[in-house]
Amino acid sequence: MIENVLLLALALFSVSIALSLYRVIRGPSMPDRAIALDTIGINLLSSIAIVSIVLQTKAYLEAILILGILAFIGTIAFTKYIERGVIVERKSND
Amino acid sequence: MTILANSLVIFFISVGVLFIVVTAIGLIRLPDLYTRAHAASKSATLGVMCVLIGVFFHFWLIEDHFNPRILLGILFLFITGPVGGHIMTRSSYIAGVKPWKGTVRDDLASEIDNMKKEQGIK
Repeated sequence: MIENVLLLALALFSVSIALSLYRVIRGPSMPDRAIALDTIGINLLSSIAIVSIVLQTKAYLEAILILGILAFIGTIAFTKYIERGVIVERKSND
Repeated sequence: MTILANSLVIFFISVGVLFIVVTAIGLIRLPDLYTRAHAASKSATLGVMCVLIGVFFHFWLIEDHFNPRILLGILFLFITGPVGGHIMTRSSYIAGVKPWKGTVRDDLASEIDNMKKEQGIK
């Protein structure tokens, strides 16, 4: 019973990644693509959680936290690039 | 007891998968960036939190292993998901992405104009 539910969940995650990939390719502006990539990151994070139940291991659970942190840092860096044109600002001397 | 735990896990994972698929459909069908960011930041966060709570209950109740890293991940996603959506829409408004043409009220435009005048850019 639960194996079928988990496999169905993995299939639906791959469908969801494919739909977000359409938005990444087709998106009219750059922030559209960034938002869709963030959604793909969230899909991957949930699939890692499901796969760790299917394989009956605890070894992949750190990857969930690390992937969440990396997706957030990537989004913030891309936001600063869109708004100001630079990511790490420095003081101008002249 | 195992049946009860299994049905709890199946319930949470199904709700999470439902919300994540709804997020992807919203990314396809909604008309402009702000509505799409609305879909992506709210329902994706709720869906991934439900999936992770289901996984946490599976490891806790069936395999008898209390894993605080999943709870930490849930807390982190709950904080950072809406913040990421908000800051992305704000910067794209400043960078000049237009809202959908059916938008009737735009309160942010005058504020952004004032801010640009004060800072002396353009």
